[in-house]
Amino acid sequence: MPDMAKDIQKKEAESPERGERTRTRRVYTPVVDIIERKDDIIVIADMPGVDEKSVDITIEKNVLTISGAVEAVIPENRTMYVNEYGIGDYQRVFTLTDEVDKEKIQASVKNGMLKIVLPKAEALKTRKIAVKTEA
Amino acid sequence: MLWSDFERFGRIFDPWREFERMSRAVARGTSPSAVEFPAVNIWVSGNDAIVTAEIPGVAPNSIDISVIGNSLTLRGSRQPEALKEGEAYHRRERWQGEFTKTVDLPFAIDANKVEASFSRGVLQITLPRAEADKPKKIAVKSA
Repeated sequence: MPDMAKDIQKKEAESPERGERTRTRRVYTPVVDIIERKDDIIVIADMPGVDEKSVDITIEKNVLTISGAVEAVIPENRTMYVNEYGIGDYQRVFTLTDEVDKEKIQASVKNGMLKIVLPKAEALKTRKIAVKTEA
Repeated sequence: MLWSDFERFGRIFDPWREFERMSRAVARGTSPSAVEFPAVNIWVSGNDAIVTAEIPGVAPNSIDISVIGNSLTLRGSRQPEALKEGEAYHRRERWQGEFTKTVDLPFAIDANKVEASFSRGVLQITLPRAEADKPKKIAVKSA
Protein backbone atom coordinates (compact mmCIF):
# COMPACT_ATOMS: atom_id res chain seq x y z
CA MET A 1 0.00 0.00 0.00
CA PRO A 2 1.49 3.41 -0.89
CA ASP A 3 2.21 5.77 1.99
CA MET A 4 -0.32 8.30 0.79
CA ALA A 5 -3.09 5.85 1.51
CA LYS A 6 -2.28 6.06 5.21
CA ASP A 7 -3.13 9.71 5.41
CA ILE A 8 -6.35 10.65 7.08
CA GLN A 9 -7.94 13.98 7.84
CA LYS A 10 -10.79 14.77 10.15
CA LYS A 11 -13.02 17.09 8.17
CA GLU A 12 -15.20 19.73 9.63
CA ALA A 13 -18.81 19.79 8.46
CA GLU A 14 -19.06 22.46 5.80
CA SER A 15 -22.28 24.01 6.98
CA PRO A 16 -24.34 23.20 10.01
CA GLU A 17 -27.08 20.87 8.94
CA ARG A 18 -30.62 22.05 9.56
CA GLY A 19 -30.03 25.49 10.93
CA GLU A 20 -27.82 26.86 13.62
CA ARG A 21 -26.70 24.91 16.60
CA THR A 22 -27.04 26.00 20.19
CA ARG A 23 -23.70 24.59 21.24
CA THR A 24 -20.75 26.57 19.96
CA ARG A 25 -18.74 23.51 19.14
CA ARG A 26 -16.88 22.36 16.12
CA VAL A 27 -18.84 19.87 14.10
CA TYR A 28 -17.09 17.14 12.16
CA THR A 29 -18.33 14.92 9.40
CA PRO A 30 -17.79 11.32 10.48
CA VAL A 31 -16.25 9.09 7.82
CA VAL A 32 -18.50 6.19 6.88
CA ASP A 33 -18.49 2.86 5.14
CA ILE A 34 -21.74 1.78 3.57
CA ILE A 35 -22.18 -1.85 2.68
CA GLU A 36 -25.12 -3.31 0.85
CA ARG A 37 -26.00 -6.86 1.81
CA LYS A 38 -28.75 -9.17 0.66
CA ASP A 39 -31.34 -8.15 3.24
CA ASP A 40 -30.00 -4.90 4.61
CA ILE A 41 -27.67 -1.94 4.23
CA ILE A 42 -25.03 -1.30 6.87
CA VAL A 43 -23.69 2.13 7.72
CA ILE A 44 -20.50 2.18 9.80
CA ALA A 45 -19.34 5.56 11.09
CA ASP A 46 -16.16 6.46 12.95
CA MET A 47 -17.15 8.66 15.87
CA PRO A 48 -14.36 8.54 18.42
CA GLY A 49 -15.40 9.99 21.78
CA VAL A 50 -19.03 8.98 21.37
CA ASP A 51 -20.89 6.28 23.32
CA GLU A 52 -24.43 4.93 23.27
CA LYS A 53 -25.68 7.79 25.46
CA SER A 54 -24.22 10.62 23.42
CA VAL A 55 -25.17 9.40 19.97
CA ASP A 56 -28.45 10.44 18.42
CA ILE A 57 -30.07 8.93 15.36
CA THR A 58 -33.24 10.39 13.94
CA ILE A 59 -35.35 9.61 10.92
CA GLU A 60 -37.69 12.20 9.59
CA LYS A 61 -39.44 11.28 6.40
CA ASN A 62 -36.56 9.93 4.34
CA VAL A 63 -33.77 11.76 6.08
CA LEU A 64 -31.49 9.85 8.42
CA THR A 65 -29.46 12.10 10.71
CA ILE A 66 -26.56 10.82 12.76
CA SER A 67 -25.23 13.10 15.44
CA GLY A 68 -22.91 12.62 18.36
CA ALA A 69 -21.88 14.89 21.20
CA VAL A 70 -18.31 14.72 22.40
CA GLU A 71 -17.04 16.12 25.68
CA ALA A 72 -13.50 17.26 24.98
CA VAL A 73 -11.01 16.16 27.59
CA ILE A 74 -8.21 18.71 27.69
CA PRO A 75 -5.44 17.78 30.13
CA GLU A 76 -4.87 20.56 32.67
CA ASN A 77 -1.62 22.42 33.28
CA ARG A 78 -0.10 21.17 30.08
CA THR A 79 0.91 22.79 26.84
CA MET A 80 -0.21 21.46 23.50
CA TYR A 81 2.80 19.99 21.73
CA VAL A 82 1.29 18.18 18.73
CA ASN A 83 -2.19 18.78 17.33
CA GLU A 84 -3.24 16.39 14.59
CA TYR A 85 -6.96 16.30 15.17
CA GLY A 86 -9.66 18.57 16.45
CA ILE A 87 -12.30 17.58 18.95
CA GLY A 88 -15.95 18.34 18.44
CA ASP A 89 -19.38 16.96 17.78
CA TYR A 90 -20.34 14.87 14.78
CA GLN A 91 -23.17 15.22 12.34
CA ARG A 92 -24.02 13.68 9.01
CA VAL A 93 -27.25 13.43 7.07
CA PHE A 94 -28.26 10.75 4.59
CA THR A 95 -31.32 10.53 2.40
CA LEU A 96 -32.85 7.10 2.41
CA THR A 97 -34.72 5.55 -0.45
CA ASP A 98 -38.06 3.83 -0.04
CA GLU A 99 -36.40 0.47 0.00
CA VAL A 100 -35.49 0.81 3.69
CA ASP A 101 -37.88 -0.50 6.34
CA LYS A 102 -37.67 2.43 8.73
CA GLU A 103 -39.43 0.62 11.56
CA LYS A 104 -36.73 -1.97 11.88
CA ILE A 105 -33.57 0.11 11.89
CA GLN A 106 -31.08 -0.97 14.53
CA ALA A 107 -27.99 0.80 15.78
CA SER A 108 -25.14 0.04 18.12
CA VAL A 109 -21.99 1.80 19.28
CA LYS A 110 -18.77 0.07 20.27
CA ASN A 111 -15.31 1.57 20.79
CA GLY A 112 -16.35 4.84 19.21
CA MET A 113 -17.72 3.17 16.09
CA LEU A 114 -21.40 3.44 15.20
CA LYS A 115 -23.05 0.67 13.24
CA ILE A 116 -26.53 1.12 11.79
CA VAL A 117 -28.40 -1.72 10.15
CA LEU A 118 -31.05 -0.58 7.69
CA PRO A 119 -33.20 -3.58 6.74
CA LYS A 120 -34.60 -3.60 3.25
CA ALA A 121 -38.35 -3.51 2.91
CA GLU A 122 -39.85 -6.97 2.42
CA ALA A 123 -41.16 -6.25 -1.06
CA LEU A 124 -37.78 -5.21 -2.32
CA LYS A 125 -35.63 -7.98 -0.99
CA THR A 126 -33.93 -9.79 -3.76
CA ARG A 127 -35.47 -13.19 -4.05
CA LYS A 128 -33.80 -16.15 -5.50
CA ILE A 129 -36.08 -18.18 -7.67
CA ALA A 130 -35.23 -21.78 -7.84
CA VAL A 131 -35.37 -23.11 -11.33
CA LYS A 132 -36.60 -26.60 -11.57
CA THR A 133 -35.83 -28.94 -14.36
CA GLU A 134 -38.89 -30.10 -16.18
CA ALA A 135 -39.66 -33.71 -15.67
CA MET B 1 7.65 24.19 20.05
CA LEU B 2 8.84 25.84 23.24
CA TRP B 3 7.72 24.93 26.66
CA SER B 4 9.33 25.84 29.90
CA ASP B 5 9.81 24.48 33.36
CA PHE B 6 8.31 27.66 34.75
CA GLU B 7 4.94 25.91 34.65
CA ARG B 8 5.87 23.95 37.71
CA PHE B 9 5.76 27.15 39.79
CA GLY B 10 2.03 26.87 39.84
CA ARG B 11 -1.06 28.71 38.77
CA ILE B 12 -0.19 32.30 39.50
CA PHE B 13 -2.08 34.54 37.11
CA ASP B 14 0.26 35.61 34.39
CA PRO B 15 -1.06 37.88 31.62
CA TRP B 16 1.59 36.64 29.24
CA ARG B 17 0.53 33.04 29.77
CA GLU B 18 -3.05 34.04 29.31
CA PHE B 19 -2.11 35.64 26.00
CA GLU B 20 -0.26 32.48 24.99
CA ARG B 21 -3.28 30.40 25.88
CA MET B 22 -5.49 32.58 23.70
CA SER B 23 -3.12 32.53 20.75
CA ARG B 24 -3.03 28.74 21.00
CA ALA B 25 -6.80 28.70 20.96
CA VAL B 26 -6.68 30.74 17.75
CA ALA B 27 -4.03 28.43 16.29
CA ARG B 28 -6.30 25.49 16.98
CA GLY B 29 -8.86 27.17 14.72
CA THR B 30 -6.76 26.27 11.72
CA SER B 31 -7.70 22.72 10.92
CA PRO B 32 -4.85 20.22 11.04
CA SER B 33 -3.79 18.88 7.66
CA ALA B 34 -3.84 15.25 6.58
CA VAL B 35 -1.87 12.98 8.86
CA GLU B 36 -0.92 9.35 9.11
CA PHE B 37 -3.50 7.13 10.85
CA PRO B 38 -4.15 7.34 13.77
CA ALA B 39 -4.24 11.08 14.43
CA VAL B 40 -2.64 12.02 17.75
CA ASN B 41 -2.66 15.00 20.06
CA ILE B 42 0.12 15.52 22.56
CA TRP B 43 0.19 17.72 25.64
CA VAL B 44 3.34 18.17 27.71
CA SER B 45 4.34 19.56 31.07
CA GLY B 46 7.70 19.52 32.84
CA ASN B 47 6.91 16.13 34.36
CA ASP B 48 4.98 14.15 31.80
CA ALA B 49 3.30 13.98 28.43
CA ILE B 50 -0.23 12.93 27.57
CA VAL B 51 -0.85 11.42 24.16
CA THR B 52 -4.35 10.84 22.84
CA ALA B 53 -5.17 9.03 19.61
CA GLU B 54 -8.46 8.44 17.83
CA ILE B 55 -8.59 4.74 16.94
CA PRO B 56 -12.29 3.90 16.71
CA GLY B 57 -13.49 0.40 16.00
CA VAL B 58 -10.55 -1.56 17.38
CA ALA B 59 -10.44 -3.74 20.48
CA PRO B 60 -8.51 -2.11 23.35
CA ASN B 61 -6.16 -5.08 23.76
CA SER B 62 -5.24 -5.17 20.09
CA ILE B 63 -3.30 -1.92 20.26
CA ASP B 64 0.41 -2.40 20.79
CA ILE B 65 2.17 0.45 22.60
CA SER B 66 5.93 0.60 22.93
CA VAL B 67 8.27 3.25 24.30
CA ILE B 68 11.97 3.64 23.68
CA GLY B 69 13.97 6.68 24.78
CA ASN B 70 11.83 9.63 23.83
CA SER B 71 9.73 7.98 21.16
CA LEU B 72 6.36 6.28 21.39
CA THR B 73 5.14 3.75 18.85
CA LEU B 74 1.56 2.64 18.31
CA ARG B 75 0.83 -0.48 16.31
CA GLY B 76 -2.38 -2.17 15.37
CA SER B 77 -4.75 -2.90 12.58
CA ARG B 78 -8.25 -2.17 11.52
CA GLN B 79 -9.66 -4.79 9.24
CA PRO B 80 -12.42 -4.29 6.68
CA GLU B 81 -15.74 -6.07 7.10
CA ALA B 82 -15.66 -9.52 5.63
CA LEU B 83 -17.95 -9.41 2.62
CA LYS B 84 -19.94 -12.39 1.48
CA GLU B 85 -21.02 -13.06 -2.03
CA GLY B 86 -23.41 -10.44 -3.35
CA GLU B 87 -22.34 -7.85 -0.77
CA ALA B 88 -20.70 -4.64 -1.91
CA TYR B 89 -19.31 -1.38 -0.60
CA HIS B 90 -21.29 1.70 -1.61
CA ARG B 91 -18.94 3.99 0.22
CA ARG B 92 -15.60 3.28 1.73
CA GLU B 93 -14.22 6.30 3.55
CA ARG B 94 -12.89 4.73 6.73
CA TRP B 95 -9.20 4.04 6.88
CA GLN B 96 -8.37 0.34 7.04
CA GLY B 97 -5.21 -1.68 7.26
CA GLU B 98 -2.23 -2.10 9.52
CA PHE B 99 -0.70 0.93 11.13
CA THR B 100 2.58 1.80 12.80
CA LYS B 101 2.94 5.31 14.06
CA THR B 102 5.90 6.74 15.94
CA VAL B 103 5.88 10.11 17.64
CA ASP B 104 8.82 11.85 19.29
CA LEU B 105 8.38 13.52 22.64
CA PRO B 106 10.50 16.42 23.88
CA PHE B 107 12.08 14.33 26.67
CA ALA B 108 13.03 10.76 27.61
CA ILE B 109 10.24 8.59 29.04
CA ASP B 110 10.23 6.34 32.07
CA ALA B 111 8.93 3.29 30.23
CA ASN B 112 8.00 1.44 33.45
CA LYS B 113 5.51 4.09 34.50
CA VAL B 114 3.61 4.54 31.26
CA GLU B 115 -0.14 4.13 31.66
CA ALA B 116 -2.72 3.75 28.92
CA SER B 117 -6.51 3.66 28.79
CA PHE B 118 -8.92 3.22 25.94
CA SER B 119 -12.44 4.52 25.99
CA ARG B 120 -14.98 5.21 23.22
CA GLY B 121 -12.35 4.70 20.55
CA VAL B 122 -9.94 7.18 22.08
CA LEU B 123 -6.61 5.98 23.40
CA GLN B 124 -4.99 8.03 26.16
CA ILE B 125 -1.42 7.40 27.26
CA THR B 126 0.33 9.13 30.15
CA LEU B 127 4.10 9.09 29.79
CA PRO B 128 6.09 10.30 32.79
CA ARG B 129 9.40 11.96 32.11
CA ALA B 130 12.43 9.88 33.12
CA GLU B 131 13.95 11.06 36.41
CA ALA B 132 17.41 11.18 34.84
CA ASP B 133 16.09 13.52 32.17
CA LYS B 134 14.54 16.04 34.55
CA PRO B 135 16.36 19.30 35.06
CA LYS B 136 18.39 19.47 38.26
CA LYS B 137 18.11 22.36 40.60
CA ILE B 138 21.46 23.63 41.70
CA ALA B 139 21.62 25.36 45.02
CA VAL B 140 23.84 28.38 45.07
CA LYS B 141 25.89 28.59 48.21
CA SER B 142 27.06 31.87 49.56
CA ALA B 143 30.78 31.99 49.98
